Amino acid sequence: MKLLQLSHHELRRQLSGAGIWMRTGPFSLRVQSRFPYVAEGLTELYGQFEVRSAQESFADFHVSVNPPTNLRRWVRPQAAFSFDGMQPFKPLPQDQAFPMLEWGLNWCVSTQAHQYLIIHAAVVEKNGLAAILPAPPGSGKSTLTAGLVLSGWRLLSDELTLINRKTGLIQPLPRPVSLKNQSIEVVREFDPATYINRASLDTIKGTVAHMRPPRDSVLRQHETARPGWVIFPKWEAGARTRLTPRSKAQTFMFLAQNAFNYSHLGADGFRVGSALIDQSDCYDFRYSQLHEAIAEFDRLAETAHTT
Amino acid sequence: MHLSRVLLACTLRAPDSITRLSLAKWDTLVRQARAAGLLARLAHLFRQLDLFKAIPANVQWHFEAAETLADRQRTAVQWELQQIHKALDDLGSPFIVLKGGAYVAANLSAANGRLFNDIDILVPRDKLGDAESSLMLAGWHATGLSEYDKRYYRRWMHEIPPLQHIQRDTVIDVHHAILPDTARYHPDSAKLRSRAIELPDLPGIRVLAAEDRILHSATHLFHDGELPHGLRDLTDLDLLLRDALEADTHFWTLLVARATELQLSRPLFYALRYLRHFLDTPVPGEVDTALQPATPNRFTVALMDRVFTRALAPTHDSCADVYTPLARQAAFIRAHWLRMPAHLLILHLIHKAFISPHLDNSTPKPA
Repeated sequence: MKLLQLSHHELRRQLSGAGIWMRTGPFSLRVQSRFPYVAEGLTELYGQFEVRSAQESFADFHVSVNPPTNLRRWVRPQAAFSFDGMQPFKPLPQDQAFPMLEWGLNWCVSTQAHQYLIIHAAVVEKNGLAAILPAPPGSGKSTLTAGLVLSGWRLLSDELTLINRKTGLIQPLPRPVSLKNQSIEVVREFDPATYINRASLDTIKGTVAHMRPPRDSVLRQHETARPGWVIFPKWEAGARTRLTPRSKAQTFMFLAQNAFNYSHLGADGFRVGSALIDQSDCYDFRYSQLHEAIAEFDRLAETAHTT
Repeated sequence: MHLSRVLLACTLRAPDSITRLSLAKWDTLVRQARAAGLLARLAHLFRQLDLFKAIPANVQWHFEAAETLADRQRTAVQWELQQIHKALDDLGSPFIVLKGGAYVAANLSAANGRLFNDIDILVPRDKLGDAESSLMLAGWHATGLSEYDKRYYRRWMHEIPPLQHIQRDTVIDVHHAILPDTARYHPDSAKLRSRAIELPDLPGIRVLAAEDRILHSATHLFHDGELPHGLRDLTDLDLLLRDALEADTHFWTLLVARATELQLSRPLFYALRYLRHFLDTPVPGEVDTALQPATPNRFTVALMDRVFTRALAPTHDSCADVYTPLARQAAFIRAHWLRMPAHLLILHLIHKAFISPHLDNSTPKPA
């Protein structure tokens, strides 16, 4: 059953009761929250995701977002994220309850799921090959990711690239795409038909909103992909669209430093990381026009497909 | 004592019961084990008994991921021990590794699937200053504590404030004794050092003798107050005892005599009581008789049972009843009561309750 098939009333009932059982990529979740914002966020963004009856017995992550039990709730209402009773973050203003759930889920995956090498990067796929986009905040990574997945690329993840340690294949974890500040408007203009939820203002990352993941990406969330490219995007005002090859050794070092659990995996992290780099073409990518950037990515996918 | 039926404890007692677990029970088991820091230890146990394939396919990764982390930590601890050894080379006195670090160094069963927060070492009191400056030169610095906590450590504790490595973030606790000077009991550190064992594989690094290791672990458990990993520490004790009994059939006699000598019979009594309760550790009746002089009166024991059967259970909702918060509070106050005289305790608790929260709410390891 899909989440959108639940009536609003039923969703609210499960969510504020024992929690709603959902699946995202390889993980099952039980999400519990008394905030109407969270129910609203789930309805708007997770409609295509699988849900099961409240009696479903096993979940990988039991998470909740609720008002904290301190006195501040009377002064300035807050939201606290909890992973099975443990609170890894300080509470945030209530208005950020939904982004907090997203960040909390990312935290659960990146601190627990060591069956994967987990790289802090967006990852999209076309013709069976995945493009990994690691980049520091502010480089236009999420804008480019959103543009690509609205133009025929499949969303594997906008934050967490999961590389299966046994197979070397990339495991999709398609969830809502996090958009920050100006990129919210850029994506709205790029595709007025796409759904972006209500923005949370003044978060630690500025203004944050989430884009609904494309339906096809969610339906194919169990279909793994082979690594094809590692591309470092950089948006620069007025820049000509340009793809330049980059050193594999440097790329490896960057990925190792930007992996959440590289050091936890010991020698296996090195093995998985170097196998990934061996299979991938590595590039730096500068752009200013989103349409041109997507055309360049399409050319890459086309070339790989025909050769 | 209904909390003895905690699923995690039942599973540790009878691992092959997992072949009959429903998925709902697996859900509870994984959550309790994660809260108790015992996922990796369970994973090790299941592998040892060839039970790993009895874990349902969608549940297995939790155990594998925890194993990955534990394996990595074990390698890291071995490496850190070498670094500490290098840093303390010119101390002129060997240092002793305590607790988890020692289990790894001596390659004991209790090292299997164990997760670490820090490495504890013991140096003679008159070498404390030298040890701290040598470790600082090697990159370990006192961090993250409020001024009050730092003063408290220096003035009253049996250890200096935790030292964190500037690059690797590893934390060392440097002790000069196993209990504070102000505590009710005074196990003589010189006596502990005199029996310490040199490790053939790691020259220059020592660990406590088997009996002292167990007494230290028990003392720590019943004097520390905060018990986030109470059950994990009990499983350490269970494994330490089983290793020691395998090596020496007269070990019980040795252990009880040593406890008397070090004034640690009371913590040993409690440790054995709750080991039996949670893990069915086989403790012969003669040991009870031998520990009789150290056994508290019936009323105290009944009260302690109510506290510790709750406070030692995993910190998870499924292991709590309405009295659990009160029991944890009681364990905390009791531990402090044993660690310092009343006038100091009252001042300390007032500071912790009313002053510290307003100064600093990010203390990583409150005293």
